[in-house]
Amino acid sequence: MNPSIRLPGIAPLFVALTLAILGVLIVFPLGVVFQQAFSKGFAAYLEPLTQPDALHAIRLTLIVAAISVPLNAVFGVAAAWAVARFEFKGKSLLVTFIDLPFSMSPVVSGLVWVLLFGAQGWFGPWLQEHNVKIIFATSGLVLATVLVTLPFVARELIPLMQDQGADEEAAALTLGAGGFTTFWRVTLPNIKWALLYGVLLCNARAMGEFGAVSVVSGSVRGLTTTLPLHVEVLYNDYEFVGAFAAASILASLGLVTLVIKTFLEWRHSGELSAGRRH
Amino acid sequence: MTAAALAPLAGKPRSRWKQPSILPGFPLAMGWTLTYLGLVVVLPLIALVVRPWELGLSVTWSTLTEPRVLAALRLSFGSAFLAALTNVPIGLLVAWTLTRYEFPGRRLIDAFVDLPFALPTAVAGIALTAIYGPNGPLGELFAKIGIKTAYSPVGIYIALLFIGLPFVVRTIQPVLQDLDREVEEAAHTLGATNLQRFWLVVLPAVLPALLSGFSLAFARAVGEYGSVIFIAGNMPMKSEIAPLLIVIKLEQYDYAGAASVGLAMLAISFGGLLAMNGVQLFLARRGRV
Amino acid sequence: MNFRQADDTSASVNALEIKGISKAYGRFPALKNVSLQAKDKEFLALLGPSGSGKTTLLRVLAGLEQPDAGEVRFAGEDFLALPVRRRKVGMVFQHYALFRHMTVAQNIAFGLTVRKRSEKPAKSEIADRVAHLLQLVQLEGLDKRFPSQLSGGQRQRVALARALAIEPKMLLLDEPFGALDAQVRRELRRWLRELHDRAGVTTVFVTHDQEEALDLADRVAILKDGELIQLGTPNQVYEHPATPFVFDFLGQACRMPGVVEKGRLLIADWESEAPAGAADGAVDVFFRPDEVAFAPADGAGLSALVRGVTQRGPDVRIDCVIEGQTVELQAHGPTLPPGVTTGLSVRIKPLRPQVYATA
Repeated sequence: MNPSIRLPGIAPLFVALTLAILGVLIVFPLGVVFQQAFSKGFAAYLEPLTQPDALHAIRLTLIVAAISVPLNAVFGVAAAWAVARFEFKGKSLLVTFIDLPFSMSPVVSGLVWVLLFGAQGWFGPWLQEHNVKIIFATSGLVLATVLVTLPFVARELIPLMQDQGADEEAAALTLGAGGFTTFWRVTLPNIKWALLYGVLLCNARAMGEFGAVSVVSGSVRGLTTTLPLHVEVLYNDYEFVGAFAAASILASLGLVTLVIKTFLEWRHSGELSAGRRH
Repeated sequence: MTAAALAPLAGKPRSRWKQPSILPGFPLAMGWTLTYLGLVVVLPLIALVVRPWELGLSVTWSTLTEPRVLAALRLSFGSAFLAALTNVPIGLLVAWTLTRYEFPGRRLIDAFVDLPFALPTAVAGIALTAIYGPNGPLGELFAKIGIKTAYSPVGIYIALLFIGLPFVVRTIQPVLQDLDREVEEAAHTLGATNLQRFWLVVLPAVLPALLSGFSLAFARAVGEYGSVIFIAGNMPMKSEIAPLLIVIKLEQYDYAGAASVGLAMLAISFGGLLAMNGVQLFLARRGRV
Repeated sequence: MNFRQADDTSASVNALEIKGISKAYGRFPALKNVSLQAKDKEFLALLGPSGSGKTTLLRVLAGLEQPDAGEVRFAGEDFLALPVRRRKVGMVFQHYALFRHMTVAQNIAFGLTVRKRSEKPAKSEIADRVAHLLQLVQLEGLDKRFPSQLSGGQRQRVALARALAIEPKMLLLDEPFGALDAQVRRELRRWLRELHDRAGVTTVFVTHDQEEALDLADRVAILKDGELIQLGTPNQVYEHPATPFVFDFLGQACRMPGVVEKGRLLIADWESEAPAGAADGAVDVFFRPDEVAFAPADGAGLSALVRGVTQRGPDVRIDCVIEGQTVELQAHGPTLPPGVTTGLSVRIKPLRPQVYATA
């Protein structure tokens, strides 16, 4: 139906205001990243990206994401199966805990690992004795990233699987399918787009996370700097073109995520949990 | 609830806490969920809660009463509150435009709303600083009317505005979309003006969504780090946010101090969340199905 | 219980006049040149299948849709020139559209409280009006409830009270019983008719249920594909459906080919008097499956072979083959018409056939 509140002249005004707000507040910063990155020409843009430190940061970012995202994807599926397919006491408490990392400051998400594994942490002395390094090392980066991105896949799957109900799985079981076959042939096809959507958001956050990893990384240049941390290092060294060049890679990652996300929402909206977008 | 305490229960699906089901896989799924959650979320949180106690509550108390810490907490919560509050009308306007009007490029604009979600915070931080810094295009503009944007609480407010907006828009949008047009039409036939229809019919219907959008944006803004530290200037007592103080204390190996600030932030956020849930519940009692 | 007064009282004046209303959504025509009138205090039903344009017409009357062409006058006043909120029509929506965050009393009072200060009744007056309406719709004591705490039938009555509160010039009801179960529906139907007669407001209501329309309305307007097919009292439209569509829509129908010649109607091997005014030529003969008389095989009528007899509650279903065509007939009462048994040949006489020239 037509919008029922129609005032002559107010629609264009609202559209113009919305465009202005989103343009200035959101689109402008994105443009600035690329404008600054290319401000000294293409060669000056490429140069800092081919430095060993930068390449190492990119590699480290990929490694951290490659470990954290699958872990949280598997967790998301397991948690969704438990929460959406069974009734048990304490379910809402469990869901609260799954959601908790969303409401924690990224810095706190890093801090808790330092409290556990840092030099003066609970397990710090023991780790030192055995010469295991977690804080200021890759494993610390992974832990911090895992905590920050833990809810993404689960949050996407739980409402969807609750909506879908267990009828199809029950039908498969009555038809003689085993548990694993049922999951593989019935459940997974039903949730694949939502799973992909969750993984996509999880990955974007994992690669772009800054606060949590900066706490556990110690920012040892060329060793424990992920790409976002590398941006900070360069920026603080007044290497602005380099900082924005590195930032432009991350911004492109964000844009690609946005495009795929929009495509999924447009093409498979029925198979995503509607209205649950992060 | 630690994983260790609950994991054995997961092995006995027929115990009273779970209703029987024909579906398989509960022990495995539940066991994995609890173990993982226990290791990744619960154990670290226990460390956060217990650490300040371990090192003596007096340390916690003296940390939290340091003027610098108080100023940082006040700044973090104050600017987060203001930014989330500002985002409510802005988010409502944007959500309204995107759901009610058809115009070229609407889909694209709609997709761009999520940009602050997708853009890594450090990237947003340096970009906002470039725009609102003393030499930035908007920074110069604001300087002309005597407002210092970057390296001041105003800069923090702008960064928090940026990261909070999608939360508000995305919570209101589905509610506006699903709002029963018949209800607005009913008000119309009963003689209500446009303003009355918005004020008496639409606004009460989206109020719960506005509140949860506000609290989501607020919760995110309180803990925000990456997009803020570049633009904030980080002057103690003036533009130093609480998360940064945690980092500083960690760098000084003051674990107890860092944990105290972290715990205080968590506690205040949690209290706010509880209060918000209370309000939501009150609104829900008043007639939502 | 029957208060049908529209035909004999002051009501010869046309209160509502709809002239040549057309409305299209994109390329889909929802209303095509519809004209009809309703008398003052009349209870008019807009009846049609879904997609017939009946709800669109109602929304045009309410002002929620602007027609592309045509005219609507109420008591001589140009209705289309009036904005929605000045029309003072009481509209009851299909799903009631109650304000869920307001109590029953606040819902009913809404139309009064939104008035301009100069026109707004005093608080005590509003309270009195609400109390009176609550009594009228038999919901005393529920004034502090929220809509979510009411049953479907109660919500419906709140919606009605809310519409009546503004003292509407006209009451518009969109499928008022659509969302209720059968028993509540029947109860509310009688009650609504009484309420209409007491309130004395011109009422237009939309329904797809022919039984509801025939039972409730003073006159029925039948629409199909955006066009007005027939307008008349329930008796007129039921006894003399203007088209095969109307015949079919108003009840069950049996259909046979036939020929009219010089006042005689020929169906298969049976000849009878043609209905008055039937023109010569090939026709489709329509009759109701329960308006037939059975005769022995050697009597007069259409020869039919009884294929099966099924008891269905108080009625009996009789499956026959006439001229190679399967026809389902109906007889009332627990006992079969004499001589009707499976496997036997009988003769069937449609009592009130309607004929329509073959298209």
